[in-house]
Amino acid sequence: MTNRRDFLKTSVLASSLLFVPKFLHALDRQGVARLGNSNGRRLVVIQLGGGNDGLNTIVPYRNDLYYKARPTLALREQSGLLTLNDDLALNPAMTRLKALYDDGRMGVLNSVGYPNPDRSHFRSMDIWQSGSSSDQIVTTGWLGRYLDSNCAECQVPYNGLEVDDTLSLAMKGQQRKGLALKNPEKFHQITQNRFIAQVSGEKAAGVASELDYLYKTLAETASSADYLYQTAKVYKSTVTYPNTEFGKNLKTTAELINSGIETRVFYVSLAGFDTHVRQQEQQGKLLGDLADGLGAFAEDLQKSGQFDSTLVMTFSEFGRRVQQNASNGTDHGTANNIMLLGGALRKPGILNAAPDLANLDQGDLRYQLDFRSVYATVLRDWLGADDKAILGSEFARLDGLV
Amino acid sequence: MLQFLNNQQNRKQRPNENFAREVMELFTMGRGNYTEQDVKEAARAFTGWTSDESYQFVFREKQHDAGPKTFLGRTGNFGGEDILNIILAQLQTAEFITTKLYRFFVNDTPNSAHIRPLAQAFYKSQYDISALLEELFSADWFYDAVNVGNRIKSPIELLAGIKRTLGVQMEDPKPLIGYEKALGQTLFEPPNVAGWPGGRNWIDSSSLLLRLQLPQVLFKNAQFNVALKEDENDILPSVTKADRTFRQQIKTHVELQPIADFLAKIPEEQQAAKLGEFLLQAPIRPENLALVQQTAAKVPPEIRLKTMVTSLLSLPEYQLM
Repeated sequence: MTNRRDFLKTSVLASSLLFVPKFLHALDRQGVARLGNSNGRRLVVIQLGGGNDGLNTIVPYRNDLYYKARPTLALREQSGLLTLNDDLALNPAMTRLKALYDDGRMGVLNSVGYPNPDRSHFRSMDIWQSGSSSDQIVTTGWLGRYLDSNCAECQVPYNGLEVDDTLSLAMKGQQRKGLALKNPEKFHQITQNRFIAQVSGEKAAGVASELDYLYKTLAETASSADYLYQTAKVYKSTVTYPNTEFGKNLKTTAELINSGIETRVFYVSLAGFDTHVRQQEQQGKLLGDLADGLGAFAEDLQKSGQFDSTLVMTFSEFGRRVQQNASNGTDHGTANNIMLLGGALRKPGILNAAPDLANLDQGDLRYQLDFRSVYATVLRDWLGADDKAILGSEFARLDGLV
Repeated sequence: MLQFLNNQQNRKQRPNENFAREVMELFTMGRGNYTEQDVKEAARAFTGWTSDESYQFVFREKQHDAGPKTFLGRTGNFGGEDILNIILAQLQTAEFITTKLYRFFVNDTPNSAHIRPLAQAFYKSQYDISALLEELFSADWFYDAVNVGNRIKSPIELLAGIKRTLGVQMEDPKPLIGYEKALGQTLFEPPNVAGWPGGRNWIDSSSLLLRLQLPQVLFKNAQFNVALKEDENDILPSVTKADRTFRQQIKTHVELQPIADFLAKIPEEQQAAKLGEFLLQAPIRPENLALVQQTAAKVPPEIRLKTMVTSLLSLPEYQLM
């Protein structure tokens, strides 16, 4: 029987078959597939949807250009900025992250982006989630491809978990996809629907047909739901999280981790950062939610000794224009910061130069660090995966970061 | 398409390659059949192609680069139409388009023994699409078992199929848009210029469970409680969580009489199997037939038919066409 891999090798039509750029077929080849072993380490990705204003998150509080560009929106020392070093300070709402920073559990990467940045939410989010360049269309996600490559033999969707109702592109690979659930109980309940439970007990016929694929996915879903439901009962958190959607989702994540779930990648989102109007209040609230949530999450994981084996990474689809707009807000921009949290960061602190406000590209920050370099570092140095196969080409990794 | 692919920014002094690249990569030849240099040269030829406020095509001569270009081995002072003609002169273009149609209508796994002759005829006919489709639909292999019921329905195909087959009337059709979004396909809002990847890409654990629950939601007023993501490509980030959450129960009317008439002359114990043949493209598994029969037997006679239909539509087999 010819499988897809053989077919791709032999067919003269191969190059025209798929919209997926050729490089990603590297993952189809045997040999690359078995690299992975994360040594019990896990990654938690926090998506800040809407385009978080990085300059008012990690504030260049000694830079006149910042105050000049944002006469009413700039944050000043007297309003309670939380100083990180001589150049940068955290937004006043982020006290719990300041504590983690002081404790050596937080790192900041400035001016992360990609060439020819796209200012559309949707397109730029696709670029970040797929790990493509801006002139490339890739229909799989970078974490999905990690699932593809890392662990061909552990055929369980809960290797990647998104705490939400639907699954993001980031978590969809070619062969394997993560699993989205709001909470294990509710998810389990759905699979316990009498009819669905019966059908999901049926075996795939083993002929690699589409029907087979559906039965296989259903069976995996049901057994994952079972496993997650049973396992998640083990640990109930006693830490106080913010009473918000995001807080609850982080709590669910912590409970799963502390219960000993074997998930390698978690994905949690916080949305609402599209602050074109009256930014101060809205962003402050969101950053407070972010910092309080992550503070509680870190505390929860520290209590059970899991923080050292956890790496948290935040990102947003773009930063915002340096100049404020006429509505006390900011418009879509380009490069942005990434925050890293973890009990065992090898290099905490501010990890590269503060954003260069003197050298802008049409009013926007120029990126200094490609986001795929960060992905490559996390994939290879933290998760022990083949970054090159997953990202399609080699991006310089950040030495000794994680 | 010019708008979508930034051709308004494609000018003589500062070419933008987006349109030129995607024309070749996604719509005519596919990757690997042209060089980066070809993309650059084609972009120069498309300079000045743009549109006015009412999206009518406009050629702005002042923005056009009228100099000589070399594209796919030919040299001349090419304009955009010349480039398109050269692309169409490649047999590869006929193969690429035929392959796309084959994957959509016949089988996601292309069979070059089927595609080759079709593509050659298509090329000779100067790209007569209706002739190509007629040949494709009337080929013997089109009706082979391996090419029937092997394609995963898109969310729209799934929803429209249920609605049309059963004559579903909804008091308020708006929730349909919510189902579309939750299942990953909003009409006229493709994720990017390549469109929806389709096939197995529609299916993950969560979307499959939603799909299987859909008949119960539609016919039994079961709850459908899903928060749509803020980064769905047409939900702006400013839309609040409450507005993104989709939990209304919907009232539907299903027209079961035609099905009842259809089954009237069939002995009761054969009805489920007959209905399965009618509703499902793939043959029903014996254990599923038994399950459908048991489920129907447990309910009062007046809702038996509805239950039977709902059960059949909740099977993985119904996800295929």
